[in-house]
Amino acid sequence: MPRVTWKCSDGKTISADIETGVSLMEAAVNLNVPGIFGDCGGALSCATCHVVLDEAWQHIVPGPTDMEGEMLEVVEGGRTDRSRLSCQIRVTEQLDGIVLHVGV
Amino acid sequence: MAENIVIVGAGQAAVSCAARLRALSPECSISLIGDEPYLPYQRPPLSKAFLTGELSVERLALKPHDWYDAQAIDLKLESSVSSIDRRERQVILQGGKRIPYDKLVLATGSRPRVLPDKFTRDASRIYTLRGIADAEMLKGELRPDRRLLVIGGGYVGLEFAASAAKTGLDVVLVEAAERILGRVAASETADFFRELHRSHGVKIIEGVGVLSICDIDGARRASLSNGEQVDADFVVVGIGAIANDRLAMECGLETRNGVLVNENGQTSDPRIFAAGDCATLGGEALTARIESVQNAIEQGDAVAHSLLGQAAPPRKTPWFWSDQFDAKLQIAGINSGFDRTEVKAGARAGAQSIWYYAGETLLAVDAINDPVTYMTVRRILDARTSTLE
Repeated sequence: MPRVTWKCSDGKTISADIETGVSLMEAAVNLNVPGIFGDCGGALSCATCHVVLDEAWQHIVPGPTDMEGEMLEVVEGGRTDRSRLSCQIRVTEQLDGIVLHVGV
Repeated sequence: MAENIVIVGAGQAAVSCAARLRALSPECSISLIGDEPYLPYQRPPLSKAFLTGELSVERLALKPHDWYDAQAIDLKLESSVSSIDRRERQVILQGGKRIPYDKLVLATGSRPRVLPDKFTRDASRIYTLRGIADAEMLKGELRPDRRLLVIGGGYVGLEFAASAAKTGLDVVLVEAAERILGRVAASETADFFRELHRSHGVKIIEGVGVLSICDIDGARRASLSNGEQVDADFVVVGIGAIANDRLAMECGLETRNGVLVNENGQTSDPRIFAAGDCATLGGEALTARIESVQNAIEQGDAVAHSLLGQAAPPRKTPWFWSDQFDAKLQIAGINSGFDRTEVKAGARAGAQSIWYYAGETLLAVDAINDPVTYMTVRRILDARTSTLE
């Protein structure tokens, strides 16, 4: 199973092996990653699962849809060029080792 | 001394309250009492991805099983509360078991309104949709080429109709009021969704009531107030929801179409609080009971603060969403009291929004395939709320 790491703004790091097919938001909620809530359950409506991809992963993760891009334009905390809503990213083998920053 | 807090209900508001309580107070004792056999779960997918088989029952869970142990939250499932003894400060389960509390939270949710019994007593296969058990039964009914009659053109009815039409069913939706979404949205929003459904083959009949439904020749035959008849294999009724406030009423708490609470989520008994679909916020100017995920989460969170005597974080703008076919409706704010609307085209093709005003004051927006407008209005309304406070 692909390994996923969340780096939180308080310095805490959470790593776990995640089943393919689930979203990075679902994985984070199940692991109680602080700052990831996923209130709308992945319906692209709450923007409470905002993460920033680690630089190395920016071009490996498939890019956001137009709808996700629009949500990110006005996301709380401000958008960076590596911002994503993690409910829209499904875990695949390709993402093994991915690092995400939360609450930056 | 660490307080013993009991939460009746195990839905979105209950879990939000429990999670925040634990974050704020490592020492208090927390119990959740739910009458369903499932881990607390999300309801919105029941009319959408769960129904169509895209989402498994495991993935509906709000938190995994081990989360409750890790957070020292005592989760009592399949337990029905029959009454509340306020004098002894005990919750009484069906079967007689008594559970003491120092403070109590009612997060009992709401239940679907049903058709009067005399309309339906001679008919089978009439459903409402609220929980996993309902959705499981309806999943069994969702077979291509079956005929479905949906009664009620609110969000649940429309979402169900969309899921069924996508699966290949023949769908008729009947709305007794003048138009669909009559209580919740402006006619411009209703126009969009009517056209969307029609373009996917759903037949929408508005301003027509159902007089009776009977089993005839293996079908459900609905007689309509316009003299027509509709034959269906099964019927889904989505005509609104009623707050589960029986426990509150029976133990003498004030209710008003829901458990009456103040700004702190407190009922007329200072030891008892309520949150989510079952709670009616009473105010001098208005009373409001909101059925939404966001409201359940926010009120649950606010009650957790109140239970510990802390001030709750400032309220955010209410938001809602509905997914039907390939359209995403996102709503920011509450439109009640609007006296005019403006329709604006969005930046992308197919994006539009309906803005609700009372005089010059913006109240809410319905954004259709237009997330940037939705998010922008949320931010505008959030900023205004925080200024007022």
